[in-house]
Amino acid sequence: MFSGLMLNAWESASIVAIVAGVVGFFIVLRGSAFAAHALPNGAFAGAAGASLIGVDAIAGLAVFSILGALTIAGLGRRARHDVATALVIVVMLGLGSLFLSMTTEYAPEIYSLLFGEVLGVSSSELAPIAAIGVVCVAAILLIYRPLMFSSVMPDVAEARGIRSGRMEVAFLVVVALTTTMAVPVVGALLIFSLLISPAAAARSFTSKPLTAMGLSVLIALGTVWSAIALSYLSNLPIGFFVGSIGAATYAAGRGWATWRRNRRASPRPSSQALQPGVAG
Amino acid sequence: MTGFLSPLIEPGFFANAPVQTALLVGGIVAVVSGVVGTFTVMRGQSFAGHSLADIGTAGGSAAFLLGISPLFGFVAMNLLAAGVMESIGIRRPRGRDLATGIVLGGALGIAALFLYLDTTASSTTGATINVLFGSIFTLPSSLVPFIGVFSVVALALVLAMYRPLILTSISSDLAKAQGVPIRLVGIVYLVALAVAVSLSAVAIGAILSTALLIGPAATALRITNRTGYAALIAAAIGVVATWLGVLLAYDSYYWFPTGGGWPVSFFVVTVVFLVYLLSQVRVRPRAGARRESTAAETG
Repeated sequence: MFSGLMLNAWESASIVAIVAGVVGFFIVLRGSAFAAHALPNGAFAGAAGASLIGVDAIAGLAVFSILGALTIAGLGRRARHDVATALVIVVMLGLGSLFLSMTTEYAPEIYSLLFGEVLGVSSSELAPIAAIGVVCVAAILLIYRPLMFSSVMPDVAEARGIRSGRMEVAFLVVVALTTTMAVPVVGALLIFSLLISPAAAARSFTSKPLTAMGLSVLIALGTVWSAIALSYLSNLPIGFFVGSIGAATYAAGRGWATWRRNRRASPRPSSQALQPGVAG
Repeated sequence: MTGFLSPLIEPGFFANAPVQTALLVGGIVAVVSGVVGTFTVMRGQSFAGHSLADIGTAGGSAAFLLGISPLFGFVAMNLLAAGVMESIGIRRPRGRDLATGIVLGGALGIAALFLYLDTTASSTTGATINVLFGSIFTLPSSLVPFIGVFSVVALALVLAMYRPLILTSISSDLAKAQGVPIRLVGIVYLVALAVAVSLSAVAIGAILSTALLIGPAATALRITNRTGYAALIAAAIGVVATWLGVLLAYDSYYWFPTGGGWPVSFFVVTVVFLVYLLSQVRVRPRAGARRESTAAETG
């Protein structure tokens, strides 16, 4: 379980989990889950295009996800954000379907791009994955304070001279880079789960930002590690375990938050109890 | 007339049975998507609309495993997913994307499992590709009656609560003051969305389903502020885009690289996106667009 190819799997998945935990925290905070779903899907189209013209898949992933991020930010400025994201994802997938119809790629390879092939990560792929991962985390640390400010209080941040538009572009590009790095490992569809679920679960355990971010990284690591182990033992696809464990940790977080709220509510009257007229 | 259009329409276009089915189903789906999509855009639930198309994959692949039609798997899974989204908190604007995202993430994991089991059970590897990029030309004509029935259900649900739906979509505070049961309207709408999306996702693939749901409706809402007109315009744009896409895909059989033709979804998505960009250019100088964009940023 810890030899040869498996070692690459453990290392690459750990890198992806750490970056996903950090970046995911801000995705949940900013409510940009749709963009986090759209960019990996668009990047998948880029990988299909790269295989069509015979260049490295990572180049295709990077070009398409960054182009997608810039388009979402550009269109989102004038129209509703979710509409812009929806249109970007369908345009990129439309291109992807065109590329796929032209390539002679076999279906299993497409399946692995969508649902991940953690065992297929080679030693030569490990270096670019690690490099992009370092860039992503460094970028987040660099813009940590203004990003946090503009995510939590956009209006106040704007008044303090933080351009929320620029923050949005910068953040989406970081998400795009995370996508580029993660798609070969966990797949276009499941990186989304890894970005959202651990961070969402972490937020229901604590409200302190740095603690939540650390917890989110730990949960992400726990998710991928147990997913790899279970996938190795049961011979079922890793994506299934990533998705299910992610949903389960979120449910646990919600349960914990509800339980704590109920316990706290008993000595102190809740907001509903203060307004008896509403119910009647 | 055929002579006049012959450079555009390849011979045998209308006589071809798969083309006839594609035009019929594409037209029905485009109308339903246009009408339902208008409310999806107004309510800011594009992500939910797109997610349901992906989530249905889990149901579709499970149905394939059980040996029943994927359509029923899609509908069952999407209704379930809509219920979970609603209970996690799709009502609050802030938690909406998160609720959708969590359900989507879990469902994709299940889809990964079932698709894997599908491929090992029957050694057909095309299931994934079929669901995401499903071709409108490979539709069995036996599916047409079911598509018709589900379309009528989705349209009837929207029309039955047309006015409260508009009111809750524009301002939930105003609707509450008028005594509209907001939560009930939201749930019924989500059911209509789930039915409409699963229908179009299974018929024409998940990409096209989102393109037809959001693109025409967003364009129409740029052109007019009146919901009824917007729904009609969206349906019309959707139908034209679909038919144009089918036509171009049929023509493209002889294009580079020869021997397969380009996918319909590529053409439909391109047409929808170009029309959307065009509407942006036309409406931009007007005050209405400016107001809407600032409202969207703050909201």
